[in-house]
Amino acid sequence: MTLMKTFLGAAAAMALSAGAALAQDPAIIFDLGGKFDRSFNEAAWRGAEQWSEETGNSYREIELQSDAQREQAMRRLAEAGSNPIVMAGFSQASALEVVAPDYPDTTFVIIDGVVDAPNVRSVVFREEQGSYLVGMLAAMASETGTVGFVGGMDIPLISRFGCGYAQGARAVDPDIEIIQNMTGTTPAAWNDPVRGGELTRGQISQGADVVFAAAGGTGLGVLQTAADEGILGIGVDSNQNHLHPGSVLTSMLKRVDVAVYDAFSTPVEEIETGLHFFGLEEDGVGYALDENNADLITEEMQARVAEARDAIISGEIEVHNYSDDGACPVM
Amino acid sequence: MDFATILQLLDSTVRSATPLLLACLAGLYSERSGIFDIGLEGKMLISAFFSASVAAFTGNVWIGLLAGIAASMVFAALHGLASITFRGNQLISGVAINFLAAGMTVVLGDSWFQLGGRTPQLVGDGRFRDITLPFAEAIADVPLVGPIYSDLISGHSILVYMAFFFVPLTWWVLYRTRFGLRLRAVGENPAAVDTAGISVVRARYSAVLICGVLTGIAGAYLATSLAAGFNKDMSAGRGFIALAALIFAKWRPWYALYASLLFGLLDAVGARYQNIAIGEFVIPVQFMQALPYILTVVILAGFVGKAIPPRAGGEPYVKER
Repeated sequence: MTLMKTFLGAAAAMALSAGAALAQDPAIIFDLGGKFDRSFNEAAWRGAEQWSEETGNSYREIELQSDAQREQAMRRLAEAGSNPIVMAGFSQASALEVVAPDYPDTTFVIIDGVVDAPNVRSVVFREEQGSYLVGMLAAMASETGTVGFVGGMDIPLISRFGCGYAQGARAVDPDIEIIQNMTGTTPAAWNDPVRGGELTRGQISQGADVVFAAAGGTGLGVLQTAADEGILGIGVDSNQNHLHPGSVLTSMLKRVDVAVYDAFSTPVEEIETGLHFFGLEEDGVGYALDENNADLITEEMQARVAEARDAIISGEIEVHNYSDDGACPVM
Repeated sequence: MDFATILQLLDSTVRSATPLLLACLAGLYSERSGIFDIGLEGKMLISAFFSASVAAFTGNVWIGLLAGIAASMVFAALHGLASITFRGNQLISGVAINFLAAGMTVVLGDSWFQLGGRTPQLVGDGRFRDITLPFAEAIADVPLVGPIYSDLISGHSILVYMAFFFVPLTWWVLYRTRFGLRLRAVGENPAAVDTAGISVVRARYSAVLICGVLTGIAGAYLATSLAAGFNKDMSAGRGFIALAALIFAKWRPWYALYASLLFGLLDAVGARYQNIAIGEFVIPVQFMQALPYILTVVILAGFVGKAIPPRAGGEPYVKER
């Protein structure tokens, strides 16, 4: 009994002192793709770095190595006093549902997932809107009348990209052929560039000359094959135009960096919890235009896309969200 | 399905089958000599990593290939050390190699390139290019033969042709040379080989090292030809599929080719036809992608006749005193 008491006391003291020492440092947990995936997680990292450079403050970070670490990582950061804690990735939602109620004084921000708890801010991007725009660009750039889509893991989130893309392409050319492939059904599908390349070759042989990759690390193989075979690829999440200048038509931007930056720079007590959408209106999604793809996107294309963008924001064009009913009207 | 589609499918089959074939032949040498090797996956992975890293540093893919082979041979030698010299459990040693490769590649990659375990994109001479065989353009218009030659046979990386060349070579080495006879003998009855005054240890080490060379080429093919750089866990279970193909092939070289091509074809079909509709019934994509694994289970359950492994396989050889 006394031994137990000593342990408990020591543990409590340690928790207190740890909390005091590291008070209020924000923290971020990267998902399994890794911090430098050139895509989703890297965008999150950029947001955190931007905040760190501007304020001179530091933040804590954990890069997950396996699914089993999620809950443990959250608890460790929360107990060390980090606040807010940003979680990048939809797969963190189930662990956060368990952890969030245990730390009512800590604010959690989850990106791409929805957790219903009073101290959680859920940021959801309107991928279908951004994908709609790149779908339009793809259809306008395609000469064969066939465009392709390579998804990573077969989950509703990725189907949302695919469905928005298909709607955009069909809006430009109602008869366009759209080939959709998913890389796999396990998390390994995010990291299989060889299979991504093979899927792309398959789509090319079926006539596709623009391929949109929404597949994390697998997408690098897609863009590589597209460049090798002389067709156009479309990147995702981060601006990937620079990977193969002249061969990447554009990138569907998902401003994860903005979401992370916002979370870090807002004083913790002012962070609005609840569900928040980042769409075209909030500049949360969009397409990348820089010197690498300036020659590929004509002013006419820009004008048409800008028009569609305004129409989506004003509600004239309604982009169907795959997650609403698990179906895509145009496929 | 027209002729061009079939050709494209077969073309994709060749690309998917090549790493399997190399790994399968690698396993064949090792297991024929009595050393079970479930570390094919890990050796492919470490080779993929080193070939991509060295190719990125030097800008020369051939140096990268050599580095990949060397790394794979070091791992093979480790396996040999554990299972031949120290007579450890071969399965455990193989598992250890897989874990070591999975962890080491990411840790080294992250500290060398700071790209989260990836290597930089390989460009120019840092990759194996597809080569066009002579006359491929010239006879492309000849009906039937032309497209088969120019689309299917021509236009692969040099490593693909090497892999296919290794099949008759392996057959010749195993069945027509003294070395091959001894290699097969140590896998069946090492005591008899020992009695004849031939070193069991040496024969087994050479087999394990040949295995390392072949998995090295397989890994380099993944990272420097199919992809343009190393990616975490990029071997994606191909080493295990190769093991299944090896059992399917009953440890024989020509059958290893057919088994690898079959798995490659399933992979190609799964990638190309994601939802096959047969009348009202739609075969879902998940089933198509699971097909190679389902086939593996069916094969391992013994549906394809009796596959008898080399008799001394898995047993460390202890000299009688």
